[in-house]
Amino acid sequence: MKTIYFNKFYKSFNILSGILIIVSLVFLIFKGLNFGVDFKGGTLIELRTDKSSANITKIRDSFNQMNLGDVSVKNFGNETDFVVKFEKQNSNDPKFIDELKTKLSNSIGSVDFRRVENVGPKVSAELLRSGVIAIALSLAAMLLYIWIRFEWQFSLGAILALFHDVIITLGVFSVFSLEINLSIVAAVLTIVGYSMNDTVVIFDRVRENLRKYADIKIFELTNISINETLSRTIITSVTTLLALLSIFIFGGEILKGFSLAMILGVIFGTYSSIYIANPVLVSLKVSQRTIVKEEKE
Amino acid sequence: MLYFSKLRVFSVLIFTLIISYFTISNFTKIDDDYFSKNIKLGLDLQGGSYLLLEIDNNPVIVQRLQSKVLELKKFFKDKNIKIRNFSIKDQSIFFDVNVMKKEEVLSLLDDDKSEINTYFQQFKSHEFDIENEDNSFKLTYSDYGLVLLKNSSLDQAIETVRRRVDEVGTNEPNILKRGNDRILVELPGLDDPGRIKSLLGKTANLTFQFVATNQEQSFGTELLQYESGDREAIVSKRIIISGDNLVDAKPTMNNQTNETVVSFSLDRVGARKFGKATSSGVGKSLAIILDGKIISSPTVQEPIVGGNGQISGDFTFQSATDLALLLRSGALPAPLNIIEERTVGPDLGKDSINAGIMSLIIGFILVVAFMFYKYRFFGLIANLALISNLFLLVGILTLFEATLTLPGIAGIILTVGMAVDANVLIFERIKEELKNENNSIIAFDSGYTKSRTTILDANITTLIAAVILFFMGSGPIKGFSITLGIGILTTLFSVYFIARLITAYYVIKNKHKEKLI
Repeated sequence: MKTIYFNKFYKSFNILSGILIIVSLVFLIFKGLNFGVDFKGGTLIELRTDKSSANITKIRDSFNQMNLGDVSVKNFGNETDFVVKFEKQNSNDPKFIDELKTKLSNSIGSVDFRRVENVGPKVSAELLRSGVIAIALSLAAMLLYIWIRFEWQFSLGAILALFHDVIITLGVFSVFSLEINLSIVAAVLTIVGYSMNDTVVIFDRVRENLRKYADIKIFELTNISINETLSRTIITSVTTLLALLSIFIFGGEILKGFSLAMILGVIFGTYSSIYIANPVLVSLKVSQRTIVKEEKE
Repeated sequence: MLYFSKLRVFSVLIFTLIISYFTISNFTKIDDDYFSKNIKLGLDLQGGSYLLLEIDNNPVIVQRLQSKVLELKKFFKDKNIKIRNFSIKDQSIFFDVNVMKKEEVLSLLDDDKSEINTYFQQFKSHEFDIENEDNSFKLTYSDYGLVLLKNSSLDQAIETVRRRVDEVGTNEPNILKRGNDRILVELPGLDDPGRIKSLLGKTANLTFQFVATNQEQSFGTELLQYESGDREAIVSKRIIISGDNLVDAKPTMNNQTNETVVSFSLDRVGARKFGKATSSGVGKSLAIILDGKIISSPTVQEPIVGGNGQISGDFTFQSATDLALLLRSGALPAPLNIIEERTVGPDLGKDSINAGIMSLIIGFILVVAFMFYKYRFFGLIANLALISNLFLLVGILTLFEATLTLPGIAGIILTVGMAVDANVLIFERIKEELKNENNSIIAFDSGYTKSRTTILDANITTLIAAVILFFMGSGPIKGFSITLGIGILTTLFSVYFIARLITAYYVIKNKHKEKLI
């Protein structure tokens, strides 16, 4: 197979990644994330209306009259389904939901509440905390694992690649105001696993080649390793993306955010394994001595 | 790596067949607990309600402090020590003593063997933290004391919750402790939790007290509202009988007035007390109080000695049924707050299952087609491994009665996409080995050997993510981590035992053929 000179573009793609990360961070800091009821608290109602009777404006108007705080109404999947979110959560009043339903039916005709989620402020704060802890813990666990399996230069490269993927994926969610809920946390954790997996495959090859060729510089060596594992990288990304696309298109509205985050994560994860993880090895001047020294100890 | 002993081939086959059997048993209808198991569907797939309740222990703490105050008063009186200004504030007891007696009080409070420290004798730690400044004392529950209090009120509450939920008769409710002050209630199949919520939201503390004859507030009386909210009355604080004395309650029709009432029967102690009180109180009004509100206050016409009675109070049949249920199931030790609720209607659950299965089938077909296109015959081997992988995964989920959620289905589909990775790594490695090695058996063998550490590394990283999700995630997300984690294990099994077995047979048979892969 023809060799592709990935290493020629290390610099330019590093600059691109740097820009993307800065843009993502700026958005994350100044615009923030659009937290769903899981993390912000409040009420979510997924409702289905009679075919003819309702549209977004009508539903929004009738909810606005009920004094519930900030109400957001979105179409959900097909034209009769809507998701309504508002800050007020009144789960202790057992009639709260029933009353909403009655009031709504009076103004827009018969509605069916297909899903109701009601999360109190204490629980949402806890969920947010445990989500952040889970992501931090998984990053730490990956760092530890790769540190045990490889030399520190490799762990640094892999972890930078992970941060890159997580920050840019969250950045995209911030730019487009996509909702962050519990399943996005699951997606981010899986991205961490996938991205690591991809990086490890290339690193394994880099290490093998380091043992084999004493006289090839790391700049060249990473490129050889990337090329040798390239068809695997492509095939695995393609099959994973095929599965995820299938969830995204056919899996229903509830899994949309999750599969979108995963799709972004797989793309960034594949990219970062090549263009973040490897340049780190180059700039840390990894050579045969790096691994031989470690192995002697 | 290509050699398999007969025994190994046999055990791989048997294992795969047994596990696959459980996958198939999901689609058959055999009534047998051991041989036909079904995968458990999460609430998001079968529809149902998830409620997280938190106990508000403050009233219990205040109540305990009140009885502690009585205990301390008596104790110090017996010891001839004057205590002044007893008060309860911020969940603490405050009192003052004469400065001269300060040291004595302090040592008495600290005495492990004293009768006011029975807690210490049992648990070897103090129930209260003592703070002392000049002549004033402050007693606050210690962390240990609080743990015991919270645990016992949680235990009581969970029993009451279970009885109430059982009385309503939903199918297979799941009631679990969460931490030391929360209760998780899962109600499969319930799409309107309104009634359960209103039943769980009531403490259901029932008391019978006389309405004070002299309608002026004084020590020993309290001002209470009527349930209807339009009246109030001053009642005596003395409790004649409480809900604890009830042995049964049911909604009935009063034939004379033609209204729905709740009739109750009392235990022997209750019946005796009630008989005595009503005998001496003919002509007085008897307030029936539920959770601090007066339901009704009938006038006692004649002594009620049989231990049976009726509660009237503008009930509909439904509200009478609910009150009877609450009274039968007993009072909660403390109020419960619903802090999280998630309800999914059954038709949304069905839609989710359909969408999940649809995307699984399509994702599966796409991956299988792609692998066949890329590797031809070896693609078929990988696909066979993939199919057995799915059978193993679903079979194990069924066997261990794991809960399948919508994200769990996503985890299965993701496993389909990522599972081929191991075979791809192996096949690509074999291709490389074949470039320098003419003996295809040796090339295949070293292809397997050399890719092994990479495959393990790559899968362990995903497994780490799944394990962390399992411990940190809740509900549906936990379902995702389970399928993802088990999926990795079944992937490794199907790649190293099933695909490798077929590959080995094929390669040994065709070792002289050019361009095997």
